[in-house]
Amino acid sequence: MCESSSSRVTWEGCSVLLDINDGDRLVFARLSPAAKLKIGNKNCSLQPLIGCPFGTVFQVDGPFLSPAQVNGNNAEEVRDGQVSVESRDKVNNDNNPEEVRDGRANVDSRDNRALVDNNTAQSLTGEDIEAMRRQGAGGNEIIEALIANSATFEKKTSFSQEKYRLKKQKKYAPKVLMRRPVARSICEAYFKKYPSKIGFLRVDTLSLLLSMGNVSSNSDILVVDMVGGLLTGAVAERLGGTGFVCNSYIGQAPYSMDIVRIFNLSDEICKRIVRSPISDLLSQKESPEQTLQPDDACNVESQSNDQISASTSMEDISHSSENGISDLGAENTEPAKEVWKAPKAGERAQKEIIDLWKENGFSSLIIAAPELDTWTLVRDILPLLADSAPFAIYHQYLQPLATCMHNLQLEKMAIGLQITEPWLREYQVLPSRTHPCMQMSSFGGYILSGTKICSTE
Amino acid sequence: MLALHPAKKLSFNRPINNGDLVIVYERHDIMKAVTVSEGSVLQNRFGVFKHSEWIGKPFGSKVVSSKGGFVYLLAPTPELWTLVLNHRTQILYIADISFVIMYLEIVPGCVVLESGTGSGSLTTSLARAVAPSGHVYTFDFHEQRAASARADFERTGLSSLVTVQVRDIQGEGFPDTFTGMADSVFLDLPQPWLVIPSAAKVLRHDGTLCSFSPCIEQVQRTCETLRTCFTDIRTFEVLLRTYEVREEKMQSLCGDGNGSLPSKRRQCSDGSYVLSSSSPSISSVMARPCGEARGHTGYLTFARVKSLS
Repeated sequence: MCESSSSRVTWEGCSVLLDINDGDRLVFARLSPAAKLKIGNKNCSLQPLIGCPFGTVFQVDGPFLSPAQVNGNNAEEVRDGQVSVESRDKVNNDNNPEEVRDGRANVDSRDNRALVDNNTAQSLTGEDIEAMRRQGAGGNEIIEALIANSATFEKKTSFSQEKYRLKKQKKYAPKVLMRRPVARSICEAYFKKYPSKIGFLRVDTLSLLLSMGNVSSNSDILVVDMVGGLLTGAVAERLGGTGFVCNSYIGQAPYSMDIVRIFNLSDEICKRIVRSPISDLLSQKESPEQTLQPDDACNVESQSNDQISASTSMEDISHSSENGISDLGAENTEPAKEVWKAPKAGERAQKEIIDLWKENGFSSLIIAAPELDTWTLVRDILPLLADSAPFAIYHQYLQPLATCMHNLQLEKMAIGLQITEPWLREYQVLPSRTHPCMQMSSFGGYILSGTKICSTE
Repeated sequence: MLALHPAKKLSFNRPINNGDLVIVYERHDIMKAVTVSEGSVLQNRFGVFKHSEWIGKPFGSKVVSSKGGFVYLLAPTPELWTLVLNHRTQILYIADISFVIMYLEIVPGCVVLESGTGSGSLTTSLARAVAPSGHVYTFDFHEQRAASARADFERTGLSSLVTVQVRDIQGEGFPDTFTGMADSVFLDLPQPWLVIPSAAKVLRHDGTLCSFSPCIEQVQRTCETLRTCFTDIRTFEVLLRTYEVREEKMQSLCGDGNGSLPSKRRQCSDGSYVLSSSSPSISSVMARPCGEARGHTGYLTFARVKSLS
């Protein structure tokens, strides 16, 4: 994300978001000469995408290399997030394209009173279409032929004509939009395809977390991220290579941060993503330990002896490396680069840094941990914040946040407490056809926010 | 307000100094911004507070007045500033602001053009997002409001990140010196469709634009003009609902319903202190939406400049 050095053009090894047919399918891919993507029946090489500016639109029979045969030999190299939606149930009767064709300026007054669905309108047969394909006809030619051979196309309203054309385009001439992976597009793609992986965190909720958490340059942000690393990546993107984002966890096994790799963060930014067990942050403080965790008991013992502690730290580092290697085993892409890249984001926090945080406190705290008890977690780690630092806690259920807010008030640990729920509605804005989108996400989760205050004990 | 230099990175954890801007918190809906001045006093319904007693205390402190009332002193953030700033115009609030920054893909180092400045609510959050190496150029055609905004940015310590200029963007467009330099453009204008060609000119490749309009007719005209040189045109509305949390007592349903009433009556007549035991209750933490909510702020229309390929 070094804006000055990057002119927003792709490079070999970078991560891209491929939007196929206006959101029908969303794929995260890493560009390399050998990478391929299956679209319909074809395996398309991703090599032509290298060096192109983000935002470029490709067509399968256009700038791609010749499409491979149906039985492609090369396996797909696509990140998780790939899913194929063959058809969409459109409650929306109107055409809703992202880019509108200016076919007609006037709105026709024709209607459908004379149209009958008798399945005889199209005179081209499936065999005819296949023959055209074998003769090398492009997708757009097939579409024009279908329109010319449709007995009812001219009788449709202009709206219906646009809708018909779009439907055929998606089938015969798929288009691929190459998008830069940033927090916005990554969150949208995951929320659409794999919402449970990110704890049902919608993009407007994520933006509120970053604002209510006052994420800005030169801040040290304490994060509890059980949403696949999306929160950690979004915070790091906002820090821009200054300050630190400390990804903390209960016990000794870090939570997954797979999504961070999709962000194309620079080395400078990746160095600013560090990990630490919460027990390390709490040690030598008078806050209660998580004694229910067996690992913590062992850790407490090691804290009393510096030598043993050093040994434990080395073991942890080795364990982390092993984790990196095992992660690579699950993926079949460029092991060399992965080995080099995996340790960069999420290195274990140095003891000096931890001591500095203990002395000065974190600049803010953001929690997205749907599987942890909110109040016990907040009670333990809120004292790690500097005084007057803001915090924001996300949950997909209201009750844990209500209990936490009530307890924070009783304990007088924070002020300005508020639980908010965002509501997001998208609109179709077209001449004479403006209305809210008929399908929308009805729920984006809850956020508890506030400001930590001095303890008056 | 912002930690602009690494040496000042932990601005929250230093004591309050003379000349600092602090947010005085009385209640969640009563806060005000005060510049600490030795020798000055703050008076409110909780009493009289001497500024000299604040100096040296850490942010987040609770300070007590001569009457025994108290307030909290908070470090300023763009969110708190949005709640306390002087309204010279209608302003954007946190739901719209955070969504705008996310959708415009603003990160440190970005160059952002904004018009109009208004009360500077969004400008403050934009400055936080682009710090430390980016810049916000904001334009307002009202001389007095531009001067007031400039003074506010001085007060909040954002002057190095924000440049305020007086210019009628609707009539003249953005200055030619910005051609191809902006990562993002934000418009909060009555007729944003007049500015679209100029915005397309100043935006760099893959740059993003946002227009904020209260009325759907404005959105329609804006989208119609956007189609000429922008892509990915999307219009949203973001609203927030807030919740109240309270502990409520609920009377349990005793099986011996008849017995409890005579017992209660008897204890009352006896003047007994165990009255509550006659009707045992359970406490629960409950949440319900607040009765009032902001029903509409405006439509947010986003677009991406077309690549010249």
